[in-house]
Amino acid sequence: MQTTAVESFEPVTPVGGRVNYLNARYGIKSWLLTKDHKRIALLYLGSITIFFLLGGIYALAIRLELLTPQGDLVESNTYNKLFTQHGILMIFFFLIPSIPAVLGNFLVPVMIGAKDLAFPRINLLSWYIYIIAAIFTIWALLSGGVDTGWTFYAPYSSTYSNSYVLLAGVGIFINGFSSILTGLNFIVTIHTMRAPGMTWFRLPLFIWSHYATSLIMILGTPVIAITVLLLALERVAHIGIFDPKLGGDPVLFQHMFWFYSHPAVYIMILPSMGVISELIANFSRKNIFGYSFVAFSSIAIAVFGFLVWGHHMFTSSQSIYAGMVFSFLSFAVAIPSAVKVFNWTATLFQGSISYDTPMLYALAFIGLFLIGGMTGLFLAAMGLDVHVHDTYFVVAHFHYVMVGGALMGYLGGLHYWWPKISGRMYPEGWGRFAALVIFVGFNLTFFPQFLLGYMGMPRRYHAYAEEFQVLNVMSSAGASILGTGVLIPMIYFIWSMRYGRVAPANPWMLPGLEWRTASPPPTENFVVTPVVTWEAYEFAPPEELQVIGKFEPGDRPDHPIAEV
Amino acid sequence: MQSWIPFPDSASTFAGQVDALYFYLVGITIFFTTLISVALIFFVIRFRRRLPFEIPRPIAGSIKLESLWTIIPFFIAMSIFVWGATVYFSQYSPPKDALEVYVVGKQWMWKFQHVTGQREINELHVPVGRKIKLVMTTEDVIHSFFVPAFRTKMDVVPGKYTYMWFDATKPGRYHLFCAEYCGTNHSGMGGWIVVMQPAEYDNWLAGNLNQESPVAAGQRLFTETLGCASCHKEDGTGGRGPALMGLLGSTVRLEGGQTVVADEGYIRESIINPRAKLVAGFQPIMPTFQGQVSEEQLLQLLTYIKSLSPGKSSGLETTAPARSNNPQTGPATPEAAGATSLGAQRSNPVGSTPPRATGGTAGAPGQATPSQRNGNNPR
Repeated sequence: MQTTAVESFEPVTPVGGRVNYLNARYGIKSWLLTKDHKRIALLYLGSITIFFLLGGIYALAIRLELLTPQGDLVESNTYNKLFTQHGILMIFFFLIPSIPAVLGNFLVPVMIGAKDLAFPRINLLSWYIYIIAAIFTIWALLSGGVDTGWTFYAPYSSTYSNSYVLLAGVGIFINGFSSILTGLNFIVTIHTMRAPGMTWFRLPLFIWSHYATSLIMILGTPVIAITVLLLALERVAHIGIFDPKLGGDPVLFQHMFWFYSHPAVYIMILPSMGVISELIANFSRKNIFGYSFVAFSSIAIAVFGFLVWGHHMFTSSQSIYAGMVFSFLSFAVAIPSAVKVFNWTATLFQGSISYDTPMLYALAFIGLFLIGGMTGLFLAAMGLDVHVHDTYFVVAHFHYVMVGGALMGYLGGLHYWWPKISGRMYPEGWGRFAALVIFVGFNLTFFPQFLLGYMGMPRRYHAYAEEFQVLNVMSSAGASILGTGVLIPMIYFIWSMRYGRVAPANPWMLPGLEWRTASPPPTENFVVTPVVTWEAYEFAPPEELQVIGKFEPGDRPDHPIAEV
Repeated sequence: MQSWIPFPDSASTFAGQVDALYFYLVGITIFFTTLISVALIFFVIRFRRRLPFEIPRPIAGSIKLESLWTIIPFFIAMSIFVWGATVYFSQYSPPKDALEVYVVGKQWMWKFQHVTGQREINELHVPVGRKIKLVMTTEDVIHSFFVPAFRTKMDVVPGKYTYMWFDATKPGRYHLFCAEYCGTNHSGMGGWIVVMQPAEYDNWLAGNLNQESPVAAGQRLFTETLGCASCHKEDGTGGRGPALMGLLGSTVRLEGGQTVVADEGYIRESIINPRAKLVAGFQPIMPTFQGQVSEEQLLQLLTYIKSLSPGKSSGLETTAPARSNNPQTGPATPEAAGATSLGAQRSNPVGSTPPRATGGTAGAPGQATPSQRNGNNPR
């Protein structure tokens, strides 16, 4: 079991000299037909990056239009398509798959000591489903786009919109199955494929949060599929479900839509919370304060998250007593999130805190998520929500949660595990610089929007009243900084794949299983199945953090390749 | 208006309530953000890594601390919940003595009709210090009626009536926005709420009188255009169709033994889809009027039918004495003729407020509107 090599202390092994998941096989076919969860993660990484860029371009166009009060850059129909498509791409094709499908796919098996996910073929299938969904969505965009808002409220979407609602709906319908299969794969893998000694309470919190996320994916996603299907039935066959002219109920659509789409917010934020737990613990070299509270708060969020959808509908004409129940539960669901923030902060106490880029993202996450979470309380307070609902206050709030939360976690995680994924280090100086630029740009973009919202500027406005201009200009200026900021990591990640310093197996000197295999790992992750004898975040001196198995150059040229 | 202070105008009784809740939350946010940020920055500096491989002493956690930071935020959250719910209930419980205005949203305009017949588009004139209740619906998609200076909004949903109310405290012109995305020209679907001193408002009403009141228009639809009267009888006594006299707010026994309280939604449904809730003892012979009446006509029919239920309809009854006792209202409205033909039991809906001194003297006799409004302005 034990090897003599402590790889991190030795001169780095050239990547080409050892068989790993990247160089095990070559050619397009070896990627498109792979069953290796790590390669599938990279396929996802590439595809969601494309959608992130596309969604970002839409966002910049929106901010450019809003520089002036008059709707003078694009026509109102174009503007409506811009924000709709920005939302659809960013939510369904970037944020929902981001951490689970890239980092989760790569790391869930490695972190629990498994060779792959439980169903490698289903894993590949879920990527193909994602791609098919993406094709429909791109088809919708190229045909002329969608203008319903990502919320698709009926009867506008079912009867009135002249845009390509159906194609976009098909895209979202199909994409849901990708989520469901990923969630299914994670749950089965976490239940059945943990390495010997990897008990539930030795699992890294990243795994717990992915478990909770998977629960939501499996239980929630079918509802959005049903909703979109009913919408399509009404649009195509004029079966009255949502449009009152056909005998339907438009508020029913909102109930069904938010029954999925509120939990979907937790699909985006929970994995990010898992990443942040890893970063905070590992970069302060402390076990997480109140491990079980943090773990179970993820589960609590997943469960309670299903019961609060009506807080999107306080002004929708739903019963005011229903509103009261939803408001109460929304405040209740805030508590587990608060518990996490307190525990992360307490973890830092008496730690050994480094200022590496991933840690900067983790600290940024806590600050931004704090504001995002606290402003969630503003919106859960019914009397206040009546004023700020459907204004820029809401826009600012959910960007603080989704960009300040989910995106920070994603970027932090990507930096943290980049040496493992690519076998190369990213440039640390540039990393810190980009994190700073993103943090500043983000706040400048979205903080003014809270003020705009309270002043009463409604969201989805192509042209606006003149008194809103100053804050909008600030926001647009921030967006240009934020846009530049997110390009920097993209450039140096690509650069580092070829020119970056070769990464040792354990560049951060950490105890997690993913650091006890080579960088990048071999196709089967571990040459020998690891036996876990340590607790989660049990930090040890470097000489004890040994690589499991043996990876000498050319040591196992004939080692079994999983994907035959 | 005050473009360099990022804060909205305050011009309704809700503004103070909502702002107070807002500042309470801002305070809590600043407290926790400061607490966490200071702790974070202090820890990050104080416990920065000094040696590459140091291993700090592990700390398992503390049940005491966990309970503390579960329970304290819970009680804070509950205080916000209760406060928020209190404000919400006052926002969404229109008072009985409010003056009604009928609102129809349409891609992309707001149409208003006052009970006295005045029609407006994208501009609504209301008196200061008078409770106004909006009865709203839409001809097409969902809209949302949002007046930032009043700190209230309500979605306007096709196929049903929604209600909101406000009590303006400061004369002026205030933005009206559509807050629910409704298609191409969503951002253009706005207008102004013009809050006027009562005397000016009465002048404005008097200057726009040559329009038929909704009750009179509804009556014309009922008796002539749609021929409802052939079955339901103009005097409200009924015939082949159920009697409509005193219908609003009463309990109706349906075919099959169920009962339903006849509210505005029920009356609307019974016109659009008569067989959905068939009154016991009547044949399902009424045709549907879906597609034959516009939303505005439906509202007119509704106000007419409501006028057959004196003492039940909120806006109509209480405003009646105000008009009859108020010489400032000007000449009789065309609606009055229609109403009087139906006898004395009908109330005369007129939306004028008797002029009031700024100090808040009592309103006209019989006027239920509280007059302390002027002392209530938060800013």
